Amino acid sequence: MTPLLEVSNLSRVYDVRRGAWPFGRRATLHAVDGVSFELAAGRTLGLVGESGCGKTTTAKLVLGLVPPSGGEVRVAGESLPEIGSPSWRALRRRMQMVYQDPLGALDRRLSVGRQVMEPLAIHGLGKAAERRDKALAMLDAVGLAPHHFDRFPHELSGGQRQRIVLARALMLDPQLLVCDEPISALDVSIQAQVVNLLLALQQRLGLAYLFISHDLRMVRQVSHEVAVMYLGRIVERGDPDQLFSAPAHPYTQALVSAIPTHIRHKRRRLVLPGEPPNPVDRPAGCAFHPRCRHAIARCRVETPELRTLADGRRAACHLAGQIG
Amino acid sequence: MGESGCGKSVTWLAALGLLGSRARIGGEVRLEGRDLVGAPVAELERVRGRRIAMIFQDPSSSLNPVHRIGRQLGEALRLHRGLDGTAAEAEARRLLDRVHIADAQRRLGDYPHELSGGMNQRVMIAMALAGQPDLLVADEPTTALDATVQAQILELLGEIRRDSGMALVLISHDLGVVAENTDRVCVMYAGRVVEDAPIDTVFEAPAHPYTRGLLAALPELDGPRRVLTPIAGVVPDPWNLPTGCSFAPRCDRRIEACESAPPMPTEKAADHRVACIRA
Repeated sequence: MTPLLEVSNLSRVYDVRRGAWPFGRRATLHAVDGVSFELAAGRTLGLVGESGCGKTTTAKLVLGLVPPSGGEVRVAGESLPEIGSPSWRALRRRMQMVYQDPLGALDRRLSVGRQVMEPLAIHGLGKAAERRDKALAMLDAVGLAPHHFDRFPHELSGGQRQRIVLARALMLDPQLLVCDEPISALDVSIQAQVVNLLLALQQRLGLAYLFISHDLRMVRQVSHEVAVMYLGRIVERGDPDQLFSAPAHPYTQALVSAIPTHIRHKRRRLVLPGEPPNPVDRPAGCAFHPRCRHAIARCRVETPELRTLADGRRAACHLAGQIG
Repeated sequence: MGESGCGKSVTWLAALGLLGSRARIGGEVRLEGRDLVGAPVAELERVRGRRIAMIFQDPSSSLNPVHRIGRQLGEALRLHRGLDGTAAEAEARRLLDRVHIADAQRRLGDYPHELSGGMNQRVMIAMALAGQPDLLVADEPTTALDATVQAQILELLGEIRRDSGMALVLISHDLGVVAENTDRVCVMYAGRVVEDAPIDTVFEAPAHPYTRGLLAALPELDGPRRVLTPIAGVVPDPWNLPTGCSFAPRCDRRIEACESAPPMPTEKAADHRVACIRA
C-alpha cells in the first residue's frame, strides 16, 4: 500500500553571510539535508531534536510552504505540485499545520467561530449555514462548548486556544496534521488534555500526524515511529519504545539521558561536551563527531548513512550496534 | 515547583523586595533572624547579590547587550566585593573558569550576542557567584535551553552547590528537573504552597490531589505506555480565586467543606506538610 506521505532525500539549503554585513563571506546553510521517511494514514511519526536541527523546516517542506532544494515529497503516491498552483491548493486541504503558539496562530480581532469557518470560505466550500453547523460540530469534537463560537481568543485559556487551532485545522477533513510543538506552550496539567484529544481524534478520524517536539516523553506517548534529527539529518529512526529505552546513536543516547525524570532520579547523567554547532559550520564527516565520546578517525571524514540494524531500527552511525 | 502563574517567582521577588511600590507584602522572611520584609533599602542591598543571588530564565535579556561580559562581571565584583582593576579582572577570569567557559580571557571581551544561550546562562551564574552568596535562587534557569545544554547547566549548578556549600532554590515547572536536582520540594498552586516534603516522599507518596494529578498527567520515557490522566479544568484567575481551596473546582476528591475556607497546611508525617483536608 502506498503510504500517505513519502519524503525522499529532502534537502533545503539557504545562502547566508557569515559575519557583519557587508564584509561577511558567503556560506551555505544546510537546514535539512537528505531526510527520508514515510508516514502511513492513521499513524504518527514523531520528529525530535534540539533547536536548529531542521525539524520545523522539514515540516514546512512537507506542506510545500518552503520549496525544497532537492529531494521529493509525495502525498498518496503523487509528487507535491508546484507551490501556489491550483492543484497544490487543493492538496493543502488534505494537509494542515498546527503551530506551537495558539495565540499567534489566531487572529485576535476575529471571533472563534469566524476563524474556525474561515478554511471553508477560503476553499469556497458549503453555504453559510452549513459552515456554521460544521464549525459547531468541530468545536464539540475538540471539547469546546457552542458558546465559545462567539468568543474571542483573548477570552480563552491556552489549552482552549490550542483546541480552536485544532478545530480550524480539522474543518477541511485533512488526512495529515503537521503539529509543530503543539503542546510546548501549555502548562503541564493542560498538556495531557491536548495530547489525549489528539489521540482520540486520530482514532476517530484516522488522521496521520507528523508530531514535532523536543519533549521526548510526549513524543513517545503519541508516536508509532520516531525520527531523531541532528543538524539537518535524521540520525536514528525506529520504534519509540526501542529507541528511547536503548538508543543506538550516541546523540540519541545523550538526548535521552539529558531528559530529567522523576522515576530515574539518582541516575548518572550523560553530559555532552559543547553545544550543537551552528548549522553553517557543520563539521565534516559525521556532524556529531566533535561531541561524540566514541568518535573514531573514520567519523571525521565519512558521513554515516542511515542503515538498518539487527533489531529493525535505523541509525546513522559507523559504530551503531557496537556501542551501548 | 508549579505551573505558570502559581507564584513561584513572585515569592522570591517579594522576599528580596524586588516587586516595586505597588505590591503589598505581608508575612516575614528571616535571614539569620533578621526580617527582610520592610527592611531598609540599605540593608536589602547588603543582602541582594551578596547573601542571596538570583538568576533568571532568559539569560540574554538579563545581560546588557551593549557591554562586554568582562565589564558586566567587573560591575558585580565592584558592587559586591569592592574589587577594581587587575584584581577584578583576575577574579572575573577565575569565575568564568569556575563555570567552565573555555578561553576565559578572550570571552571577557565578548558581547552577550557572541555567546550561545547556554554560555550566557553560565555567565549569569558566574555573575551570581561574584558576590559569594549563601543562597542562589535559580528561576527556571534552563527553560530556554535545549535538552543537552540544560543537562550541562544543571550539572554545573549541582557541582557549585556541592563545592561551595551554597544553598540552592530551584524554581521550575518541570517535575523531572526538580526530582533530579533538589532534596526537598514545595508544590505551589494558585499562590499557595499545597505540599511541602522531601523529594522522595513527593514522588513516591504524593498527598495533595494536585501533586497526584500532575504526576498522573506526565508521560514517562520508559516502562509501559499508559493513558495520561489530565487534570480537568484550568487554573483559576488570580483575581477570581474560589473562596475555599483554590484547587477544589478541579479536584476529584472535593467535598462540601473544601469550598468553605482555604485549607491550612498540616503535618501529615514528619517533614511532610499538606494543605488539604482530604489528604
